[in-house]
Amino acid sequence: MMHNLTIKQMSEKLRAGEFTSVQLTQHYLDRIDQYDAELNAYITVTPELAISMAEEADRRIAAGEAELLTGIPVAHKDIFCTDGVKTSCASKMLDNFIAPYDANVVSLLKKVGMPILGKTNMDEFAMGSSSESSYYGPTKNPWDHKAVPGGSSGGAAAVIAAGLAPMATGTDTGGSIRQPAAFCGITGIKPTYGAVSRFGIIAYASSFDQAGPMTRSAEDSAWMLNAMAGFDERDSTSLERETPDYTAELDRSLKGLKVGVPAEYFGEGLDPEVSNIVKAAIDEVKKLGAEVVEVHLPNKALAVPSYYVLAPAEASSNLSRFDGVRFGYRCEQPKDLEDLYKRSRSEGFGEEVKRRIMVGAYALSAGYYDAYYLKAQKLRRMVRDDFIKAFESCDVIMGPVAPTTAFNIGEKSDDQVSMYLSDLYTIPVNLAGLPALSVPAGFAQERPVGLHIVGPYFSEAKLLNIGHQFQQVTDWHTKMPAQYQ
Amino acid sequence: MSWEVVIGLEIHAQLTTKSKIFSGASTAYGAAPNTQACPIDLGMPGMLPVLNQAVIGKSIILGLALDAEIGKRSVFDRKNYFYPDLPKGYQTSQFEFPIVGQGKLEIELEDGSKKVIGVTRAHLEEDAGKSVHGLVPGQTGVDLNRSGTPLLEIVSDPDMSSAKEAVAYAKKMHELVQYLGICDGNMQEGSFRVDSNVSVRRPGEPLGTRAELKNINSFRFIEKAIEIEIERQIELIEGGGTVVQETRLYDADNNTTRSMRTKEDANDYRYFPCPDLLPIIITDEEIEAIRATLPELPDAKRIRFVSEFGLSEYDASVLTSSRAMAEFFEKVVELTEAKDIKLCANWMTSGFSAALNRDSLSVEQSPVSAEGLAGMILRILDNSISGKIAKQVFEAMWNGEGSADEIIDVKGLKQITDTGAIESLVDDVLANNPEQVEAYKAGQTKMLGYFVGQIMKASGGQANPGQVNKMLVSKLK
Repeated sequence: MMHNLTIKQMSEKLRAGEFTSVQLTQHYLDRIDQYDAELNAYITVTPELAISMAEEADRRIAAGEAELLTGIPVAHKDIFCTDGVKTSCASKMLDNFIAPYDANVVSLLKKVGMPILGKTNMDEFAMGSSSESSYYGPTKNPWDHKAVPGGSSGGAAAVIAAGLAPMATGTDTGGSIRQPAAFCGITGIKPTYGAVSRFGIIAYASSFDQAGPMTRSAEDSAWMLNAMAGFDERDSTSLERETPDYTAELDRSLKGLKVGVPAEYFGEGLDPEVSNIVKAAIDEVKKLGAEVVEVHLPNKALAVPSYYVLAPAEASSNLSRFDGVRFGYRCEQPKDLEDLYKRSRSEGFGEEVKRRIMVGAYALSAGYYDAYYLKAQKLRRMVRDDFIKAFESCDVIMGPVAPTTAFNIGEKSDDQVSMYLSDLYTIPVNLAGLPALSVPAGFAQERPVGLHIVGPYFSEAKLLNIGHQFQQVTDWHTKMPAQYQ
Repeated sequence: MSWEVVIGLEIHAQLTTKSKIFSGASTAYGAAPNTQACPIDLGMPGMLPVLNQAVIGKSIILGLALDAEIGKRSVFDRKNYFYPDLPKGYQTSQFEFPIVGQGKLEIELEDGSKKVIGVTRAHLEEDAGKSVHGLVPGQTGVDLNRSGTPLLEIVSDPDMSSAKEAVAYAKKMHELVQYLGICDGNMQEGSFRVDSNVSVRRPGEPLGTRAELKNINSFRFIEKAIEIEIERQIELIEGGGTVVQETRLYDADNNTTRSMRTKEDANDYRYFPCPDLLPIIITDEEIEAIRATLPELPDAKRIRFVSEFGLSEYDASVLTSSRAMAEFFEKVVELTEAKDIKLCANWMTSGFSAALNRDSLSVEQSPVSAEGLAGMILRILDNSISGKIAKQVFEAMWNGEGSADEIIDVKGLKQITDTGAIESLVDDVLANNPEQVEAYKAGQTKMLGYFVGQIMKASGGQANPGQVNKMLVSKLK
């Protein structure tokens, strides 16, 4: 079946004329028709756009002007502005918003010739770890419809896991690529902060937000990251450096690789089965020639509290533009300006978004700024310094992505703190702005478990190399839920 | 018992850039509403600011002119509040780390004495849009053309103790920013806006509560508004009341100030560093490179015009009132090889300035160039035309009739210096006025002026007055 191929195989077959991009795209559109009503992984499906782009891709392929990804369809998280297509950020606030421009990532992938299948479901404004806070209802985990797919890029992870798209874009502010990748048994990488332009990505927490690929395998991610990354003068935090070839190191041997394993990552709160699976995966890497060393990240516990001050603080300001004046939701019959603001925002935003805006505004308010915002910035530096110190004695750090497998829909929606704490392994990486990869490492109670590989700044090629080598000796990434095979 | 007045000014100077501070949209004034607002200015989802690098040098050069500390690491912050003309729900500004730190500006008071006014800081920020009332019946419109226009907010120390001092400072700053070429100074278009913080106190007591006077677009009204506000505060306190911290608007028609909003309505702006923008880092080398481009400042120019050119203090100050005026003058002096600087100065301060004022033009808009004026002055200097004829030539030049030489030629205005021609003019006039000749010879020497007038008239003003004079005297002996 076409949806079981790797990206490289798809690309070869497209060029060899074994099938066309239109056929490939139609295949995914048919599967979306067949399965998505149940999964709810897409907010918007764009069949006409997809087919017309596929036709154009076929012309390029026929003319011999194709790049590796030309003709391979992609699904964009509904946080990426897409010209002429509804871009809702899974919020009632933007239910009527048709973006008049493309995010940089969208335009790069358009240029390569990747047909757009649609826009994937997510937590509202990317605030959440389960995709349950979407205005359009929760996405289900393809491995178990009772379970969440993780979040916030839950729709993206689900479409990859269920074969409803070969590649998907995601964003990761506190783990939003890696945790859903782990929960859905796929591969996802959060690049170094600044490696992928944020232009046109609806901001949640600007100093953390980073886009990355979500795919079946590390190799697929490497190809996709090649197309997504690069300096963009429209994003002042974009890194002005030459974009490396992320596939260049895929085949390197892992002999001599020093893998740091923080003792702190295997303590209290970690599900014992998840712990065993992650340890087994690290053993697998060891067998490939890596050496395991113990490292310490003593300030790990400070990361979640720091993040839940800083991210909401930035969000409270970033989301001020949704005021009912120029675009998006506006309340009915406002009686004056204040009423327009209050009701448009109260009615347009969901509970979790309002909660974070309140928390953030509080942390920034006069008299509390030093105690919350500045203190949290200090903690952020301490967390980052922990990593920098740890990387003095190892090349990468490995551990779990999340303390448990996917939890059930509704299980944590009334317990925010428990939901927030489920991001304790991923959040420190965003505080430090480091790149990190999540690869499938096994199953606990028939739900996927991910291995988390964190590297120093700009080590994406190394992380993908490790992921790829791991995937040469394991087959977790090739597994699909029986009903979607 | 006497009162002491304390005034500090906040001046918003719009920096002269073609595009906005964080987007590529044009800053040109007067376009149709919302035609100069791109998705960044509109605060659309996913849009990000990119700093217009041109604002950095323009800020630093002011800092250097004010002898101020330059912020080697300045940071943009977000000032959060909701208003329809503020699309993002925050204004990007600088709070804790401004680009220009403590500096100073010397002003001259009416009695000729000098006073140094401290400048607390100057920081970069984006302008908001504006609400438009009345364009859409029953509704308020929003025009975001101005949204994102680069401003430098220059904050003074509370060092001024009268309305006159405040206006002297504002005028000096107005002159300076135009000299530096960083702001066009147009107050009507809002390119230079002055907010005044005014309070009064008994000598020796701590600072009183201040009121802020906003959005006054002429120096004359600033002075009046401050004076009326001082009176209001003194009367209020002497009547047993207390001043509340508030923003007040000046009503020029009634010469009063009225409350716009009080501190109770004030926002908690929740400032924090803007995560979308990197800090501006300035090196010593960059500062020195900018210092090298610093033009001669008005005070230095004024002093030099007196010492080097021998001009009066008055002429020097008129000629340095704007950089364009000073540069025009220096060019005229240069082109006339400094043969008669005083003559150049006189033409600049009288004929040229009068024509500009009459037609409400700036020096830059003058129809007569420095080359043109210099060409005419050269003709005066070589006796081709008299000062009187020169006025006629200048008017013709002003009306676009050509260069001085062309006009003199076409109109036949060249001065008569031929001795024979002058002699016949003199002889005619003396022959036709025998009584006056008698009177002169009888000792009424003032008749000489009468003869000169008659001869000049007969020559159409073209006879060389010096030669006429000389010949008359010899003929009448």
